[in-house]
Amino acid sequence: MSAAVLEIQHVSKRFGDNLANDDISLSLQKGEIVALLGENGAGKTTLMSILFGHYMPDSGRVVIDGQELPPGKPRAAIRAGIGMVHQHFSLAPNLTVLDNVTTGTESLWSFRARKGEARQKLLSISERFGLKVDPDARLGDLSVGEQQRVEILKALYNDARILVLDEPTAVLTQIEAQKLFSILKDMAAQGLSLIFISHKLDEVMNAADRIVVLRGGRQVAERKAAETSKTELAELMVGRTVTRPQREASTPGEIVLESAGITVRENGVDTLKAVDFRLRAGEVLGIIGVSGNGQTVLAQLLSGTRARTSGDLLLFGKPIDTLSVADAVFAGIGRIPEDRNKDGAIGEMAIWENAILERLPAFSRHGLVDRKSGMAYAQKIIDQFDVRGGTPSSRIRLLSGGNMQKLILGRNLINRPRILIAAQPARGLDEGAVAAVHERILEARRQGTAVLLISEDLDEVMALADRIQAIVGGRLSPPIPAEEASAQKLGLMMAGEWAQEFSHAV
Amino acid sequence: MSAIADIIASAGLWAAVLRIATPLILGTLGALLCERAGVLNLGIEGIMTFGAMIGWLSVYNGADLWTGLMIAALAGGLFGGLHALLTVTLGLSQHVSGLGVTLFASSFSYYVFRLLVPVAGTPPTITPFQPIAIPGLSNLPFLGPAFFSQTPPTYLAIALALLLAYMLFRTPLGLAIRMTGENPHAAEAQGINPMAIRYGAVMTGSALMGMAGAFLTLSAFNSFFPTMVQGRGWICIALVVFASWRPGRALIGALLFALFDGFQLRLQTALGGIVPYQLFLMIPYILSIAALAVMARRARVPQALMQPYRRGER
Repeated sequence: MSAAVLEIQHVSKRFGDNLANDDISLSLQKGEIVALLGENGAGKTTLMSILFGHYMPDSGRVVIDGQELPPGKPRAAIRAGIGMVHQHFSLAPNLTVLDNVTTGTESLWSFRARKGEARQKLLSISERFGLKVDPDARLGDLSVGEQQRVEILKALYNDARILVLDEPTAVLTQIEAQKLFSILKDMAAQGLSLIFISHKLDEVMNAADRIVVLRGGRQVAERKAAETSKTELAELMVGRTVTRPQREASTPGEIVLESAGITVRENGVDTLKAVDFRLRAGEVLGIIGVSGNGQTVLAQLLSGTRARTSGDLLLFGKPIDTLSVADAVFAGIGRIPEDRNKDGAIGEMAIWENAILERLPAFSRHGLVDRKSGMAYAQKIIDQFDVRGGTPSSRIRLLSGGNMQKLILGRNLINRPRILIAAQPARGLDEGAVAAVHERILEARRQGTAVLLISEDLDEVMALADRIQAIVGGRLSPPIPAEEASAQKLGLMMAGEWAQEFSHAV
Repeated sequence: MSAIADIIASAGLWAAVLRIATPLILGTLGALLCERAGVLNLGIEGIMTFGAMIGWLSVYNGADLWTGLMIAALAGGLFGGLHALLTVTLGLSQHVSGLGVTLFASSFSYYVFRLLVPVAGTPPTITPFQPIAIPGLSNLPFLGPAFFSQTPPTYLAIALALLLAYMLFRTPLGLAIRMTGENPHAAEAQGINPMAIRYGAVMTGSALMGMAGAFLTLSAFNSFFPTMVQGRGWICIALVVFASWRPGRALIGALLFALFDGFQLRLQTALGGIVPYQLFLMIPYILSIAALAVMARRARVPQALMQPYRRGER
C-alpha cells in the first residue's frame, strides 16, 4: 500500500457537554473515494470542519503527505491541497462564477486582477473534469446543480488534490446525483482523493471504495464497499436494527380535497401552474419533487397561509372561496410545516404553549389562557407520541429535531384530523425518528385520514404513498399508482419527463 | 420661465454644483465602501461633524490645510475603528452602533470645540483652500469657470471615486471586499479573513467621511459651527442605495443632488419674492426621493449587509 495522502490521527473535539468527535482516525490514499457514513449528529461535519481548519481540535492532528497541518487555519488547509464542498454552498449569488471562483486566489495587494488567465484556467479545468459552466453567468441565476459544480470548480481551481464533499446529493435530483458520482469517480481515476459525507446507504455503496461509519461522535466501523452490505451498514450507523414501516393495501374512501387548475402567481411569476389533484380519505398521496419547485407554495395554499390566483379548491366536495388558517384548522386540516423551526414551533416558548397555539379558543376561559388544561393537553401528546427530552413547561427549542417533529405531529393527530398536509415530515431526522414519524402517518391513514405527503425523498414516498404525483416548476404530473413507481421512473418524473402514456389513475 | 433657463445656462450654477457635491461624493464613497464589506455605517453624520471640527481646529492652530484634511481623515478612521469594534468584533446591531457613534461624535465635537475655542460674537475663521485653475482647461468659455476652477479637494474627491471603482471591480482586494459583503463565510472558505476586511473597509470608509466633513470647514466655509453638516450624512446613506453600491453612479448621484440644491438656491433669489423660499428648500429632497424610488427598485443589495459574521456559525 502506498503512503496515505491524508491522515487524521486521534482527533477529539468537545462542544460543551457534547463530545462531537471522540478519538477518530482515518486515512485516505491517492485516487481513493472514502465515504463518511453516519446519522445527523454523528460528528461527520465536525470532523471535516477540523480537517479544513474551521474548528480547532481539542486533541489529535491532521497529516498531509507526511506534513502536519497547523490546526484552525483554512488558508493552510487550502495550500496543502484540501478543497471543501459545503452542503450549504459558500457562494455569493450576486457575483459572477469567475468572481466566486477566483476570490482570494491572488495576493490582495496586487494592482490588477488577472482575469484573462483566470478564465483560461477555469475553462481548462471544467473541460478536463466535464464540469460545464459559464464563467460570466451571475451565480444566482444558475440551478442548484450548477452551483454545486461551481463549488467543486472552486476547490479544483485552488489545486485541490483532496476533495471533501459534505452531503453532496442533499440538494440534487436523482439524475443530477448520478451525474455527480460519475464525475467524482472520474476525478478519482485522474488521481484526486475524495471524501464524501452521507447518510444515504445507496450512494455510499455505489460510489465509495471504503466506508467509515461514525455514530455518536465515535468511529464504529470501517468497511470496504465490496465487503459489506446495506443491511450491515444500516445497523452500524444506527446501532440497532431499524426497519421503516411499509404501507399495507387498503381501499380509499371518498374524495375529501380536490384542486382543479389552481394557479398561484407572485410578482409576475407562476409558482403553481394549473395544479390538479384529488385526495381521498384513507390514502396517502405523495407529491414528489426537488425543493424549490413549488411544493412550499402548495403546502402553504392548503394550510391557509397563501391565496390562489385562479382555479377551484373543493373541500369535502364543497367549493371553497378563500381558505384562512382558522378555516383550515376548524375544518380538520392538520398541518406539518416544512420548516419546523421557523413555521412549526416558536423556539423560545414552552412546549405546552406551542401545543395549544393553533387552537387557542379551545383553551381560553373568560379571555384568559387556561394554563392547566393546556399543560394537561401537552402532557397527553408527550405520553401518546413518545416525545422525549422535555416536560410541558420546558422550552420547545431544547427538544431534538425528531422529538419536536413528534410533538408537532401529535398536536395534529391527537384531534383525528380528516386531512393531513405533511410537508417534508422526515427531513433532517435520523433513522429512528423517521421510522416513528412514518408509523404515525400510516396509523392516521388506517384511521381514515387523507394524507398529502410532500417530499423529496424517493424511499419515503415509495414506502408511504398510494399514488404519486411529481411536482416540477410548479406543475403537477398526472398521478401514478405506487405499484407502477420505480426509483428510475420517479427520477424521470422529478426531472419533468412525464409522458402522455402515464396512466391517469384517479 | 426664462429665469430658470438663465440659471441653468450660468457657469456659476455649475461651479456651485461641484462645490456642493464634493462632501456628498466623499461621504457616499465612504458609506459605500463600508456597505460593500457588509457594514452599514450610520455613524457618518457624526463622523462628518467631527471631521469638520478637527480639520478646522488643526488649521486654526497653525497646521496647513492638507495636514488638517489628513487629521480629519485619521480621526474619521478612529471612529470607524470604534464602529468596527462594536459591530464586527462584538457583532452588535449595526443600526444602533452607528446611531450611537453619530450621537457621540457630534456631541464630542461640540465639547472639544467649546473647550478649546473661546466663545466669541462672530465665529473665528481660517483661510480655506483656494480654487485652482487647471491650466489650459480653465480658459475654455463656460466650461472653464464651471468645471475647472475648483478647490483641490473637489478634484481629489472625483479622483477617489474613479480609484474606488477601479479598486472594487478590477483588483483582487476589491473582489475580496465584495465577497465579504455578499457572503463572509465564502470569503473565509477561500482563505480571506472577513473580520480584517471589514475592519479595513469600515476604517477607510470612515476616513473618507471625516474628509467629507473637513471639506465643509476647510473649503466650502471657513469656520466651524456644530450643526453645519445638516443631514448631509443621511443624504449619503440614501445616495449609496441610489448608486446601487457603485462608485461611478455614486458620483453621478451626488452631482445630481447638488444640481437640485444649487438650482433651488438660485431659484430662491430669482423667484423668492413670489413663492415662499421653504418650498424651494424641499426641492432637492423631493427629487431625491423620487430618483431613489426609481433607481433603488433595481438595486442589488450586498447580501450580507448588516449581518454580523461569527466564525463557525452559519
